[in-house]
Amino acid sequence: MATTSSAIGWTHDFDPALTRARASQRAILLDFTAAPM
Amino acid sequence: MYPDPAVARFITGQMEPVRVHVREQKDEYKRLSERYNVQWTPTILVLDPGGEERHRIEGFLPADEFLAQVALGLAKAAFHRQDYADAERRYREIVQRFPSTDPAPEGQYWAGVSKYKASGDAAALKETAAAFHERYQDTTWAKKASVWD
Repeated sequence: MATTSSAIGWTHDFDPALTRARASQRAILLDFTAAPM
Repeated sequence: MYPDPAVARFITGQMEPVRVHVREQKDEYKRLSERYNVQWTPTILVLDPGGEERHRIEGFLPADEFLAQVALGLAKAAFHRQDYADAERRYREIVQRFPSTDPAPEGQYWAGVSKYKASGDAAALKETAAAFHERYQDTTWAKKASVWD
């Protein structure tokens, strides 16, 4: 991706996000990227 | 695609967004790319709440196509958990909101299947085949639905 700015509140820690997803029954969007952070 | 406000709203409203960077998070990237067999960036996965992959997007997409693909992943997750009413609603929403995108004909097909799974009424499949005479005639999904004519 050529873009860096985003209003999305990304987390970079997968395991805690998976725990939250299980608790809230929300899906996960997992982005593997090479774009500048 | 992410700076687009519609994309940000859609994702933040209903998903846990996680980003792993190929160079800046080498260990985490290696662990997760091996777990999910990812070999290219960008690769975006829609995972269900248990961490199981339900949909995969490889390569950059413009905002509308990307949103439709993410919506397709959420619809597939609903279908997999056998919540066919929610799946049908989500598949139909793809057709309504993103009618010109690649996932739209797939959404039209699976909306019909979801309705059939929920009701057991084969009329849902016939309706779907008929819908493909009106729209998306030249797609693989129309060919698949033609058996229901």
